[in-house]
Amino acid sequence: MDLNSIVALLAVAIVAGTPLLFAAVGEVMAERSGILNLGVEGMMLVGAVTGFIVTVTTENHWLGILAAAAGGAVLAAIHAFICITLKGNQVVSGLALTIFGTGTASFLGKNYVGLPLTNRFNPIDIPVLGDIPVLGPILFRHDAMVYLSIVLALALWYIMFRTSWGLSLRAVGENPAAADAVGISVSRVRYLATIIGGMMAGLGGAYLSLAYAPTWQESITAGRGWIAVALVIFALWNPLRAILGSYLFGGVEALTFRIQTAGFQISPFFLSMLPYLFTILVLVIVTIRLRQEAGVPAALGFPYDREER
Amino acid sequence: MKRLRLVRRNNESWLVKVAVPILSILLAILVGWIFLVLSGYDAAETYRRMIQGAFGSPYAISETIVKAIPLALTGLAVSVAFRMKLWNIGAEGQLYMGAFAAAGVVMFLGDWPSWLLLSVMLAAGFAAGAIWGLIPGALRAFWNVNETITTLLLNYVAIFWVSYLVFGPWKDPNAMGFPLAPRFPQAAYLPVIPGSRVHIGILVAVAVAVLLYIVMKYTRWGYEVRVTGESPEAARYAGMNVVRNILLVMLVSGGIAGMTGMIEVSGITHRLQQDISASYGYTGIIIAWLARLNPFTVLLVAFLFGALLVGGFGVQTYGIPYAIVLMLQGAVLFFLLAGDIMLKYRLTITRED
Repeated sequence: MDLNSIVALLAVAIVAGTPLLFAAVGEVMAERSGILNLGVEGMMLVGAVTGFIVTVTTENHWLGILAAAAGGAVLAAIHAFICITLKGNQVVSGLALTIFGTGTASFLGKNYVGLPLTNRFNPIDIPVLGDIPVLGPILFRHDAMVYLSIVLALALWYIMFRTSWGLSLRAVGENPAAADAVGISVSRVRYLATIIGGMMAGLGGAYLSLAYAPTWQESITAGRGWIAVALVIFALWNPLRAILGSYLFGGVEALTFRIQTAGFQISPFFLSMLPYLFTILVLVIVTIRLRQEAGVPAALGFPYDREER
Repeated sequence: MKRLRLVRRNNESWLVKVAVPILSILLAILVGWIFLVLSGYDAAETYRRMIQGAFGSPYAISETIVKAIPLALTGLAVSVAFRMKLWNIGAEGQLYMGAFAAAGVVMFLGDWPSWLLLSVMLAAGFAAGAIWGLIPGALRAFWNVNETITTLLLNYVAIFWVSYLVFGPWKDPNAMGFPLAPRFPQAAYLPVIPGSRVHIGILVAVAVAVLLYIVMKYTRWGYEVRVTGESPEAARYAGMNVVRNILLVMLVSGGIAGMTGMIEVSGITHRLQQDISASYGYTGIIIAWLARLNPFTVLLVAFLFGALLVGGFGVQTYGIPYAIVLMLQGAVLFFLLAGDIMLKYRLTITRED
């Protein structure tokens, strides 16, 4: 492979990794607070469809991504209510969210399937930076949402690890009883983290329908929500590592396109399996090497009940 | 000042256990109603047509049973795993692998006598599903790899595998270009009740339910599975072999889902094709939970969900997207989870002065 195709491959890796990055960083936030949300796939789908519908209707893709974030937030709020206020089972609620989100998205998007998009997010050639050899085309000729995802990942990292609210967030995820004892509202922190997670998943979905595809079709996410959930473990619950991981997973997707267009005699169905198999492989490796102190929030998946202290 | 408060219950309430699932279904119907009205549809007419489509004639009822069979089996499959808090959400993929194995048996042993052929197909379906369940099971048992994610991801792999076969090496040259594997010989068809599509798979579903009930309630292994589900620490402390139990549970769970795949290709499609399952593997999760993992209740709930699927297909001609079925399913599960708080708590009004 020559330099040009490697550059092209890496540029595609970043684009393909962007929806994962949004969703994974959001899920990191939720899980850091102790709430496991397996509904990422559903929230992404609802984000994708609401973003698309609003963009088609208003011809403004910025309003589109606002709507996508709102759509993800609404679904996440249902999950938060069930898991935090009602102390329901987080795994099953997340699955319900995926099923409900899938249904809602295709219900809402029924009349929008395959419509062309006039106002998509187009790649911007950043002056000066975009002209740097090699790095320019890899990093500086993407659409605005790619940069938004990086900015949000950095911002959420900063919030989680450099602010007092972030400290509360992590405390709630590690030891809610202790956090409660020092006056932190466990419920409020968890609600916020879960809802922000939903907004991020919604944005990830919108990236697919407004920049990547860019169109609406049922199951446009194709399991990316689940890959994002796996990415959280790969990232050891750290947004910075999630950036790296997303582009790695995006790279696998980019590679399958590359193999396809290069004319290798491999069935496209086998190529389509690759991202899922790769995810499983990575999950296994990371889990085997994972140590308790590596980041998994101790209270992840458990509802907090004051009376059970 | 009067305040509503949740107070812990000391005993389980039977009334709540039964009332919550029923109320959940009713509330989900209400949510669907609101969605339909907001989207400009006639909700009453939609529901009337759904009920008509699912129960309106002997044929409609038979079709509801046809859908209830795979739903009952996948519901039973996941309920085994859920008992041990193993989140097998890979029944969909296990079903596809079972269907693949059963179709493979027909390719090589198609001229065997029917009863023998069908038995081998069923065994192959079970084995293939079991292997597909054992992969994430082993990863979980030995290295504690999160089985929720791996079972789900393997669904995609299994479905792509079947697609590969029916688009590629197993494609029937006489199918006019459609991605279908060759039609089975008559010997590989499950016997049906004449005049309907209801096949003998219904007996398999009932038998599996009875068997699971007995195993879970009366055997030592069933006891171990329940204890491990309640508290893995206690199970380990009591000297139970948790690794072995995880492997066995995933084997049984995947195997039942694999048999479902065999039953669908042998009883309904009569060939391997892409859309063997209308998301039965996922719907089975909801059914298992709604039935509170009780095998006999799974059969009953599967019948209701069979009706929902058939009714949902029916109203498509009335312009209602099939997605309404998924929305109703998700909503039922939400309400059920929300209502379950009433199992642990009761609502009281206290006076605060």
